[in-house]
Amino acid sequence: MTEPTMKYSEAIEKFDPVMGLEVHVELGTKTKMFCGCSTEFGAEPNTQVCPVCLGLPGALPAVNHIGVESAIRIGLALNCEIASWCRFARKNYFYPDMPKNFQTSQYDEPIAFNGYLDVDIETEEGPKTFRVEIERAHMEEDTGKNTHLGGATGRIHGADYSLVDYNRAGIPLIEIVTKPIVGTGKYAPEVAKAYVSALREILRSLDVSDVKMEQGSMRCDVNLSLRLAPESPLGTRSETKNVNSLRSVERAVRYEVTRHAARLTAGQTVVQETRHWHEDTGVTTAGRPKSDADDYRYFPEPDLMPIAPSREWVEELRATLPENPAVRRTRLMTAWNLSELEMTNLMNAGVLELVEAAVNAGMSPDAARKWYTGELARVANERGVEVEELGVGHDVLARIEALIASGGLNDKLARQVLEGVMAGEGSVDEVIAGRGLAVVSDDGPLLEAIDAALAADPEVAEKIASGKLQAAGAVVGAVMKATRGQADAARVRELLFEKLGVSE
Amino acid sequence: MSGISRDDVAHLAGLARIDIPEEQLDHYAKQLDAILDAVAQISQADTADVPAMSHPIPMTNVFREDIPSPSLGQADALAGAPAVEDARFRVPRILDQE
Amino acid sequence: MTELIRMNASDLVDAMNSGDVSSVEITQAYLDRIAAVDGDVHAFLHVDAAGALGAAADVDAKRSAGEAQSVLAGVPLGLKDILATRGLPTTCGSKILENWIPPYDATVVSKLRQAGIPILGKTNMDEFAMGSSTEHSAYGPTHNPWDLERIPGGSGGGSSACLAAFEAPLAIGTDTGGSIRQPAAVTGTVGVKPTYGGVSRYGAVALASSLDQIGPCARTVLDTALLHSVIAGYDPMDSTSINSPVPAVVEAARRGDVQGMKIGIVREIGGEGFQAGVQARFDESVALLEGLGAEIVEVSCPSFPLALAAYYLILPSECSSNLAKFDGIRFGLRVGDDGSKSVEQVMSETRAAGFGDEVIRRIILGTYALSAGYYDAYYGQAQKVRTLIAQDFNRAFEQVDVLISPTAPTTAFKIGEKLDDPLAMYLNDVATIPVNLAGLPGMSLPIGLAHEDNLPVGLQIMAPAMADDRLYNVGAAIERELLAQWGAPLLSKAPELAGA
Repeated sequence: MTEPTMKYSEAIEKFDPVMGLEVHVELGTKTKMFCGCSTEFGAEPNTQVCPVCLGLPGALPAVNHIGVESAIRIGLALNCEIASWCRFARKNYFYPDMPKNFQTSQYDEPIAFNGYLDVDIETEEGPKTFRVEIERAHMEEDTGKNTHLGGATGRIHGADYSLVDYNRAGIPLIEIVTKPIVGTGKYAPEVAKAYVSALREILRSLDVSDVKMEQGSMRCDVNLSLRLAPESPLGTRSETKNVNSLRSVERAVRYEVTRHAARLTAGQTVVQETRHWHEDTGVTTAGRPKSDADDYRYFPEPDLMPIAPSREWVEELRATLPENPAVRRTRLMTAWNLSELEMTNLMNAGVLELVEAAVNAGMSPDAARKWYTGELARVANERGVEVEELGVGHDVLARIEALIASGGLNDKLARQVLEGVMAGEGSVDEVIAGRGLAVVSDDGPLLEAIDAALAADPEVAEKIASGKLQAAGAVVGAVMKATRGQADAARVRELLFEKLGVSE
Repeated sequence: MSGISRDDVAHLAGLARIDIPEEQLDHYAKQLDAILDAVAQISQADTADVPAMSHPIPMTNVFREDIPSPSLGQADALAGAPAVEDARFRVPRILDQE
Repeated sequence: MTELIRMNASDLVDAMNSGDVSSVEITQAYLDRIAAVDGDVHAFLHVDAAGALGAAADVDAKRSAGEAQSVLAGVPLGLKDILATRGLPTTCGSKILENWIPPYDATVVSKLRQAGIPILGKTNMDEFAMGSSTEHSAYGPTHNPWDLERIPGGSGGGSSACLAAFEAPLAIGTDTGGSIRQPAAVTGTVGVKPTYGGVSRYGAVALASSLDQIGPCARTVLDTALLHSVIAGYDPMDSTSINSPVPAVVEAARRGDVQGMKIGIVREIGGEGFQAGVQARFDESVALLEGLGAEIVEVSCPSFPLALAAYYLILPSECSSNLAKFDGIRFGLRVGDDGSKSVEQVMSETRAAGFGDEVIRRIILGTYALSAGYYDAYYGQAQKVRTLIAQDFNRAFEQVDVLISPTAPTTAFKIGEKLDDPLAMYLNDVATIPVNLAGLPGMSLPIGLAHEDNLPVGLQIMAPAMADDRLYNVGAAIERELLAQWGAPLLSKAPELAGA
């Protein structure tokens, strides 16, 4: 049952959007947040559990040093203040994937708070920087995993049940919450996407998580409300979960704006609820309304001692931070000779790391950009995935570029080669051989094709010979067609002029 | 400050996931009311400038190094479970979808 | 061999070292005693004869081979059923854990095993340690060996009763508001709650995390000190455990010298509600201490009258959260899973069926106190009062070395007498609660019988944090003096149990 929506342009004209983004990051520590169980992915169910993360009676938590360190580093990278004293707190609620039926988290004493992240987007007026203010970043633990199974018992109501695996329970999470993001106007979706993308770059550069949205090591919840004007009071917000990619972030914001707008315009109210994003259908659906969940009865965790990072420790950690992304961005822009717009496009396509790796391996920045923001971005978009998921490494691109430079391939053939590589047909050379895509390097077949083209169009030779060099284009085109694009157009032109005794 | 009604008890029992039978709600309400009356005297204390204590011993920064230690083992982990399927804990259907 | 079972732990160690008797013989003697009298006393929920005898045999073998032994190797012990024991049932006195066999040992249990102490079995307790009489056990009450119609105290009535009935020479209890000390007082035995953080809580099922401590129980001060020295110490698995050397408790217990010490009496503990016979024995102990060269000082702890209220807000709050894990998912009882119900319903039915009244009462109270809108007035305020109580203690300990008081307001009451009035039950803890709130150590030791009923009275000694040794020093002094006066230990006056 889809809810009615409006056109985005109409919606955004009537209303002013306010967003809140909550990102959960799974840390890549070796052990869980409160016990020494391994965090390695892919283990057999319930093999990476102990009395602590299984919530057995009598067990007690013990805080992972690197978990705290990572939280501080993330806070610093987001320009946050680091608490001089803070505690863990219990968030009490019942759910089968929660071994203790409370989550050890932080409540009114987060380890990092009051930060910001500047993000760049492209607007009609040119590139613009938005400062997204960050409310807090705090430490907590992940839950186990529920698998829901349908009933096949023949009972009338279908006896559903679930199976729970606690391997994931207790894995360290850092929750990063923005303050209300205001003033984005119609660019709300772009700002949201840019924020998540920039955040992801920072987290990757800190080496605290592999931040793979599609694998769940970085999860984004989108909160959105609409108001009539910036001066108006805030509207009712909805929370959307299951936003598993940068693309989904943008689309979900856009969709929720239209959905809220449609309701408000029709005189209905927006229900404060949690919704679920569906990437395939491009809509959100309502989750079950949560009744009691709001009263979490937080209190400070008595089993854990307060965390009081000394200022020396904080400064030591600050010194370990990688280059500030804004500084890095400026540096690379200069090094690669890019405009602001070109750099922004690169950032928002989420390919900065990929391009940098390619350039470091010897590719020219322009070539790397051409592929990553061009053909590969196009294919990724078409398939609804992130560019890095295509599995095209810079070594592939380097080989393709080398072949183009030496005339073994042209751009059109290269795209077909890429398609083959992405389809798993093998390496660049294997695909060329397998599909027969090599540029024809032997003049013989080219001269044959030229003769055939001239024969088919007798007047064109005269035109060229008399100085109308542009007429050569038709002949080259015909030869390209005849060779299924595998001719080197420049060589064909050369041979043609040679044949006609014309010089350029 | 005090005054727990049977409805309060029912609501709290829901939060605490305890299915208290209807006929016992009044009984619990009465007892809890009496207890609350007694503990309500806590409000008499002048605590304006007093910090709350959360831990009797003033320690901070108690950490564990990020080094793996042995897990229980699947058999031990599942040993006490009321219901197991596919090496996982089997639970009845969950109403409140997260 | 009744003689063996009436010996102190330290004497048993000497006897084993001189080759007079083996651990197996001692352990068997206690197992026989349990078989003879526990039908009446009901101190034990589970007896592990095979395990205990196996451990005893190990110790004997090591002793013969000349290997170094711990100070209590070979002396058997009763373990409160709140501690996780791998392979042995651990019920916490509750139906919700009726058949739970933990897959791991509590740290204290590991230490006991490493020390060569055979574990006779698991002792009875108020359900999840909530109570002062052991009447709230889902498996039936324990009976006070002094008078089987009376309560042995709680929540650790099983541990204290097994000592008083000579079913074990040593026992382990836990103390959150007096659950070691009050049972010790009403059974004429010795019990100590160490400084908070002094003994690892890893593996002790949590009631109120910021108040719980595991502690040693025995029939003499020295035995208690020996056991204390075995179980105490830093544990990285318990983030609240103190990383400091264990206080010199054994040395202090052997010393027993109060000459020149300043001993404080708390003005606010005593008076109305305290039985005359209890007060009389306490007054005699005060005179005794003066006679031994101590100076008695009256101190005021004005926040102490609020301690009970603070405790009965903090404990239910923390326990409402600690007991949430009992939901029928991963272990323990599951009720109502007939395929048609939701997990929420099954959890609710399980908890209603598995928890007793007192537990449900405290969970509801705690849920209320932590609720949005009530937190500041209840839990928040209680934690502030806690600071006031700690400040009172600090001020007192600037004037004196230890504080003393009667441990409990009355002697052992009859089974069933206070069961219907939760508030009346809570008043049993009025003297013991303050040290739990402040995290300080406290001891109870027997100082005589009340003249009204000839039932045991206990003296409570309280000391500053990490000064547990002072308890043993003062306790040993009193004990030595009283033994001289009585000619025999107080327990020798306890009636013979039928079947013995």
